[in-house]
Amino acid sequence: MSEVTRGKVSAGLARRRRKERLFRLCGMLATTVGIVFLVVFFADLIGKGSSAFRQTFLRLEISFDTAVIAPQGSIDLQYADFDLLARNALRDLFPDVSGRNPLRELNRLLSVGAGYQLRDMLQQDPGLLGSVQSVWLPASSSVDMLRKGNIDASIDAALRPISDAQLAWVAALQRDGRLELRWNRAFFSNGDSREPELAGIRGALMGSFYMLLVTLALALPIGVAAAIYLEEFAPRNRWSDLIEVNINNLAAVPSIVFGLLGLAVFINWATLPRSAPLVGGLVLALLTLPVIIIASRAAIKSVPPSIRDAALGLGASRMQVVFHHVMPLSLPGMLTGAIIGMSRALGESAPLLMIGMVAFIVDVPGGFSDPATALPVQIYLWADSPERAFAERTSAAIMVLLGFLMLMNLAAVVLRKRMEQKW
Amino acid sequence: MSDRMSKAKDTLPEQPSDIGKTVGNVRSANPYVVAENVNVYYGDNHAIKNVSLEIGTKEVIALIGPSGCGKSTFLRCLNRMNDSIENARVSGHISLAGTDIYSKDLDPVALRARVGMVFQKPNPFPKSIYDNVAYGPRIHGLAANRAELDNIVHTSLERAGLLKEVIDRLDEPGTGLSGGQQQRLCIARTIAVDPDVILMDEPCSALDPIATARIEDLMYELSEDYAIVIVTHSMQQAARVSQRVAYFHLGSLVEVDETNRIFTNPRHRLTEDYITGRIG
Repeated sequence: MSEVTRGKVSAGLARRRRKERLFRLCGMLATTVGIVFLVVFFADLIGKGSSAFRQTFLRLEISFDTAVIAPQGSIDLQYADFDLLARNALRDLFPDVSGRNPLRELNRLLSVGAGYQLRDMLQQDPGLLGSVQSVWLPASSSVDMLRKGNIDASIDAALRPISDAQLAWVAALQRDGRLELRWNRAFFSNGDSREPELAGIRGALMGSFYMLLVTLALALPIGVAAAIYLEEFAPRNRWSDLIEVNINNLAAVPSIVFGLLGLAVFINWATLPRSAPLVGGLVLALLTLPVIIIASRAAIKSVPPSIRDAALGLGASRMQVVFHHVMPLSLPGMLTGAIIGMSRALGESAPLLMIGMVAFIVDVPGGFSDPATALPVQIYLWADSPERAFAERTSAAIMVLLGFLMLMNLAAVVLRKRMEQKW
Repeated sequence: MSDRMSKAKDTLPEQPSDIGKTVGNVRSANPYVVAENVNVYYGDNHAIKNVSLEIGTKEVIALIGPSGCGKSTFLRCLNRMNDSIENARVSGHISLAGTDIYSKDLDPVALRARVGMVFQKPNPFPKSIYDNVAYGPRIHGLAANRAELDNIVHTSLERAGLLKEVIDRLDEPGTGLSGGQQQRLCIARTIAVDPDVILMDEPCSALDPIATARIEDLMYELSEDYAIVIVTHSMQQAARVSQRVAYFHLGSLVEVDETNRIFTNPRHRLTEDYITGRIG
């Protein structure tokens, strides 16, 4: 290398290094910004939502009074006034409260779910009749919010959902150790409710579960079959180009359009039930199909042609080449695509609004045609509710949804690592 | 050198436009594969031009020529591997022991059981060594039971000269072997189906000289039972293993003759230019 050439090279060297440093700096900056946003998001979410997993309960000495709940000698579980048991117990703690309105205010410290809990206890153990038990009953959401510090007691009484008298009672209960934050089981075992302290995520969770089952059962086999056909068997011509373009376009179609399609075809034309996981699953399958097809085709394309040649050269039929060699090698990629498609389906809400899954449904769905809602829609519904206590439930539901998404993505990574072939 | 060139000039065509008429002897005394006027087109590209060639029973014939001359394409015509290439078109006539292999009644699957192929890059399946060799017999139903299959696998590995090296690790992946061992595994896999013809497409181009020597020894042994068509870029290899050599140039078969004759006294100027290193 001549002196001049060497000079030119070293002159440019510093500039090249500087450019590289700058580029790396930009990359690090971008990554940092991304991580910061993620941390802020999670901190906010967990900060707001984690309190929903604990709920204020009130300890009362309940006397399962035969005169109240079984005046005719036997309990009518449907109509017996279990609320009265709880109300009586509460009134016993504050004997000097009298008058219609003060008593009503006192009763409002308790959740309407208290009566249901007592009924369930008695249903499980009829022997409790006539006995006196110490029971933790759910407090109303305003007591809960007060206990969690979400209600400012110092502001004007007219502006807060809890009266001065109620504040005093809560303080007294607190002093006696009768008020406690306990694990909120209802959040995981109940369906939706108008009462925040009774509202749970189970209905939405089951709805999402049934829906994803339908989606997986439809989208995975159809998507993989389509990908195999298009990649391995279909002739390359104008038609297959057209199909390819259309699949790519379908993957980019706004999801709400699929909801409209589902409404028109599955509900109006095929008269399938509204608000049902079956229809939701069908719509989400349509939505997921292009994603799975594209991912599966990429996975099939990545199988080295030398493997196909080897099998063909030995006299394997094209079908055997596909099922003995191409499929096993591309399965990890296909499954990854499927899981990514499924997690997109899990987080989808817009198309579900169109097919009636946004309805307020209290019962936990038990099958594919029961009315149901889904996790993201439940989040939307709660975020829309005015009660202060729904705010923390919204965040908690988002945490549950994100938890499932992370689980699914983790499963995708683990599956890929497990099944990947070494070359 | 120059006087041999002038001799060639006197008697034979020297312009590339004259190629297309093969010099030498395309016939074989005991033909097994007969190709007549084969043309291959990839779309508009005329890849093989009017090639006729006979390949004898248990003969080793080497196809040589510069890159892109069509020797691999011709090789892949013999077991219809070109079928899987989009817009490839083959015309002419190729027969295997009297059967037209491009006839509509012939299933390429049956053909490929009779005409095995070894590829340029060793391409064992990502399965165990045993399953690699057993794959062909399994799909063709050659073994009635496990013992028969074991026997086929062992014999094939033995004949490929690999058995001793892998006998105690037959269930380990075939992809874990060295390059040369992988290529011998591919040969074992091919002969496990007991074909009549083995096509080899530059089988040693990815191997070191020692592995290459082993494969060449193997070819020599295999030629007792099989016809072998080998495409190679190494003229030394062609000289060592083959009985006849066919020289391809720009899609045409320029010259075919006994290996000795091609390397000592080529008749066509293009052949001479190639083997003396002036083209290539």
